[in-house]
This record gives sequence, C-alpha cells and structure tokens, in this order.
Amino acid sequence: MASEATRRTAVLGLFRSAEATADGVDALRAVGFRDRDLDVLTDSPFPEGAFGERPVHHRLYVFPLMGAACGFAVGVLITVGTQMSFPLVTGGKPILSIPPMINVLYEGTMLGALIFTVLGVIFESRLPRRLDRGYDPRILRDGLIGLEVKAAGDQVDVARGLLRQAGAVDVVGAGTEARGER
Amino acid sequence: MKDRSDLSVEEINRDLLDFPLHKPLWFFGVATVFVAFITAGLVTVGFLVLVGVGVMGIDRPAMWAFLITNFVFWVGISHAGVMISAILRLVHAEWRRPVTRAAEVLTVFSLATAATFPFLHTGRQWRTLYWAFPYDFWRGVWPDVRSPLIWDPSAIFTYLTGSTLFLYVALLPDLAVAREYARGTMRKVYTVLSLGFRGTARQWRLQALAGILLSALILPVFVSVHSIVSWDFAVALVPGWHSTVFAPYFVAGAVHSGVSAVATIMALMRRLFRLEKYITPDHFDAIGRLLIPVACGWLYFWWMDFYFGIYSRAPDEIAVQFARTFVYPYNILTPIFLLAGFFIPVPLFLFRRVRRNITAMLWLTLLVNVGMWLERFIIIVPALTYKQPFSFSWTAFSPTWADWLMTLWGFGLVLLGVLLFAKFFPIIPLYDIKEGQTIKAEVQIGRVKVPAVVRE
Repeated sequence: MASEATRRTAVLGLFRSAEATADGVDALRAVGFRDRDLDVLTDSPFPEGAFGERPVHHRLYVFPLMGAACGFAVGVLITVGTQMSFPLVTGGKPILSIPPMINVLYEGTMLGALIFTVLGVIFESRLPRRLDRGYDPRILRDGLIGLEVKAAGDQVDVARGLLRQAGAVDVVGAGTEARGER
Repeated sequence: MKDRSDLSVEEINRDLLDFPLHKPLWFFGVATVFVAFITAGLVTVGFLVLVGVGVMGIDRPAMWAFLITNFVFWVGISHAGVMISAILRLVHAEWRRPVTRAAEVLTVFSLATAATFPFLHTGRQWRTLYWAFPYDFWRGVWPDVRSPLIWDPSAIFTYLTGSTLFLYVALLPDLAVAREYARGTMRKVYTVLSLGFRGTARQWRLQALAGILLSALILPVFVSVHSIVSWDFAVALVPGWHSTVFAPYFVAGAVHSGVSAVATIMALMRRLFRLEKYITPDHFDAIGRLLIPVACGWLYFWWMDFYFGIYSRAPDEIAVQFARTFVYPYNILTPIFLLAGFFIPVPLFLFRRVRRNITAMLWLTLLVNVGMWLERFIIIVPALTYKQPFSFSWTAFSPTWADWLMTLWGFGLVLLGVLLFAKFFPIIPLYDIKEGQTIKAEVQIGRVKVPAVVRE
C-alpha cells in the first residue's frame, strides 16, 4: 500500500478565464510539476495550446488502418470463402467474379475502419472512466475551466496555494471526492 | 454569419436542454399524430403478412412500386446527414454548428426506415427473416455476393452503423452536460452513455480528430450507398434503367432531397423548440445557396438520363421515355416533379429575400421533396409497366389504400424518431455552439465592423 507521501491525489482549481488558467499552468510548472501531472478541463474545445498545455500525443490514426484491414479480411471471407465453400454456377458467371465482390469488400473495409475509429476515439480519450476524482460539475454546467493537478504529500498544499494565487475561484479535491466537497 | 448573438454558457445549456429535460404539452399531441401514422402502417403490415403483397397495387409487370419508391426516397433523405455534417466539418464552415446533429439524426432514422421497405416488399417476410438471421450455417448454402440484393444490405448496414457511431461520438460531450442537469433515471442513463466524459484537453482534441476522420471515412460510404441503390436498377434488364449516369444521378438527387429535408427540419425545429437565437435566417440563406448548384447538378443528370435514352435509338428505351413523358398519368406527374423539384424552388432560391424567409424556405424545401418522391416513382414504375414482347400479363399500376398507408408509415417512423431523439438528447450540439462563441470575433475595417472567426 502506498504511503501518505507517495499517494497521488487530484487537486482541481476552477477558473473563470483562459488567461488565469494559463497563469496557473505556468506557476505549477515553475515549481516543478510536470506536464503529465496537469490537465485542463473545459466545457467546449479551445484552440490547442490555449492554456500552454503540451500537444496531445495519440495513436488514433492507427485504428482506422487496423479496422480497414480487419474489415477487408472479413469481406474476403464472405465473398471468397462462401462462394468457394458452395461453388454453384449461376447464369454462367465465374464463381469468383471480381466486380461484384468489390462492392462487398469495399463496404466491409469501410465498416471496419469506421468501427475501429470510434473504438480508437474512446480508447485514446481514456474512456470509460469514473467521475469520482478530478472533476467538478461546474465545469460543464457553468463553463468554469478546471485545472487538475496530480500531487502527492506536501505538493498538495503547494498546488492548492498556487491555484488560488493564479485566480482560481475555488479549489476542490485532494483526498475527497470533487463532486461531494462543496 | 451576420446574425450572431452573444450567448452565455448557462443560456446555451438552458435553451438547448430545455426540450430534453422538460415536457411541453404539444410534444404529446404531435407524437400522438406520428404514432397514429405508424399504427396505420402496422395495420397495413399485418394485412401484408396475412394476405400477401397483393393488398398493394403491384401486379405483373410492375412488381416494384410504392414500397421501393419509398425505399429510394428515404435512402435519399438519409444523405442529408453526411452532406451537411461531414462536408461542412471538413471545410470548417461556421454555419454548420446548429445544423449538423439534426442532419445526422435525420440520416439515422430515415435510413433505418428505408430498410423496412425492401424487407416488407419481399412478401412472406418470415421466410426473409429465416434466410437472414440467425443464419443457418448447417445448410452450407451462402448468400450469392454476385447479386445486388447482397450489395444493397451491406452498403446500408455500413452506412447505418457508421452514421449511428458518428452521431454517438459527437453526442458524447453533450451527454456529459445533460448528465449534470438531469435527475432520476435519466441522469443514470446519461451517466452511462457519456462514459465519464469530463472535457479534458485530450478528450477535446480527439473529438476534433474524430470529427475529421469519421467525416473523411463516411463520405465515400455515402457516395457508395446511393450508387449501389442505383445499381439495383441499373444492373437489371429493364429498359429505362440502363443509363451509365444512374449512380451520380441518384447521388445528386439524394443530396438535393436530403439537404432540402434538413432545411425543412431546421425550420420546424426553430419554431417548435424556440431556437431562434441558434437557427437564424443566415443558415437558410446558406442552405438555399447550396441547393442551387446541387439542384442544377441533379437536373443535368436527369436530362442526361432522358437524352441518352432517346439518343440510343433503341426502341425499348424510347418507348419508356415516351411513357414517362406522354402517357397518362406519367405525363401529369413528370411536369409536376420537374416543377416541384426544380423550376419553382430553384429560381426562387436565387433571391436573397426568399432564402432568408424561413416560412418560404419551409414550403419550398417541402415542395422539393414532393418533387423528389415523384421523381423516384417516375424512374421505377413507367419502366416496369412498359409492355415487352411476349408479355402474357400486363396491367398498369394503380396504388391502393395499403400503398398510401405504407407511405404514411415511413413519414411516421422518421418524424417520430427525430422527435423522440430531440426529446431525450440535445438536437443542437451544445459544445459546438460554445466553441463558436469562444472563437468568434469582430474586426473593424474602416467604418464597418465585420464578424470574423479566430482559427488555429
């Protein structure tokens, strides 16, 4: 079991403006918090880097490619496998007639790519997750901007102080459920 | 976009969640009307199953009529979602924001509705089900992928699945907002559906990328679906269905009817859900301008189909085009569809005052879809009723009560689907509107202030 000093908890500062939030990010970085300890929560998309956050690294583009390959493979199985397993000549046409097979192969490929893209979005967004830490309903209800800091031990109080200094209208979290603290 | 209001987050949430979280009385009245349409359709389906497809007006040689017309019509309407949502997302068109979700919802429900028609049309529907699901692998007999009757379901299944996922991914952030406002069971439902979305920078970045990626993936599917629907006809041996422009002709017609349907739905939503601040005359202006080239493209393909039918000098082809133009009742219906689909609305769309008049746009876009329904009918029925050599049985098609009630069934399903969706989920994307508010700006140029958008 982790000791009190090493157990990381989420502290959430709530801001009214993007500028104040960016100031909070700068202040936390200046005292040694790393980018991976910080997260900004908003009710709508902001331009990338608006809060001085680092660019998001992801592997989303791999998912549609994987999906397309799987979909194509299933398409081949359906078009080639089914015809070969029961080779019935209809209308004098070849058993494996490429032009009509292309339709099913194409739809299979696209279906695979679409399904895997959505799975990729959910996976890369780190969803599904519970909302018991690092979240406050005022972010989505009232449009406040949340700055989440993962801190341990003495850092928790440092983070709380810096968030307040940067202009946070409220600081919640740290050991208690964000939703229940107010 | 000139008609822009300054809206606070609370105001946006309150306005756009008002309908999902409350129950205005008119909802029950309107829903009852649509349920009545569906009930009438269900009674007809009952007759269809018990008596057979003979309760409709179809008879040899015109075995495809209202059900297949309705199928093609609703598949066409379903193209609205992709046309509006995917293309406008990819080109970052600002006016897309309040429009995209309604278009996507219309796609999902019209496509699901369209799929019911060929199934009901098969006759002995229990046997169709037996052949389709659950598949009896022990027989060792497989569907023939060389048949267009396999291409069609595969295309529609892909498009329906893709559109539904597209809709769901874009709905995730709004489900999270709804979660914070709802009470009781609905709160639990929104909590489960929103998957714990909380609006981190990472989640928003992936939302934006998902919008682009899914748009880029679903666009080729959208083109393929109506192309494949057109090949249901084009690969048959029926004269009048052989033009090589059939695929783009169907796609252009689908976009024309779909975009018009989106304008109709937007006008109704604006009035019923009191969304005047969000859906403005600017949006109708933009859709009206978009419809002009789309309608011209559709008319061009219609003319190519007609022209090459005659130019081929094949007697069968000429006879079908002759029937479409001069034989009663098609000689009445063809001018009506041309007037309703093009010659009345499109010249009017040229006038800015008409495009910005929401009542006029409501009626004109409805008129377009009356024309487009008739166009589908004219493509299908006259070609089949053409008397070929050695025909032993030949009757003209005339619709029965069952045909009309099945048409009503389609409208009931789509409209009730859209209404119920709007009842439980925000029909305008909240986060998209909020983003629009964040990045909007005004630029002073000389003595005029010009609305602008700040973009990365």
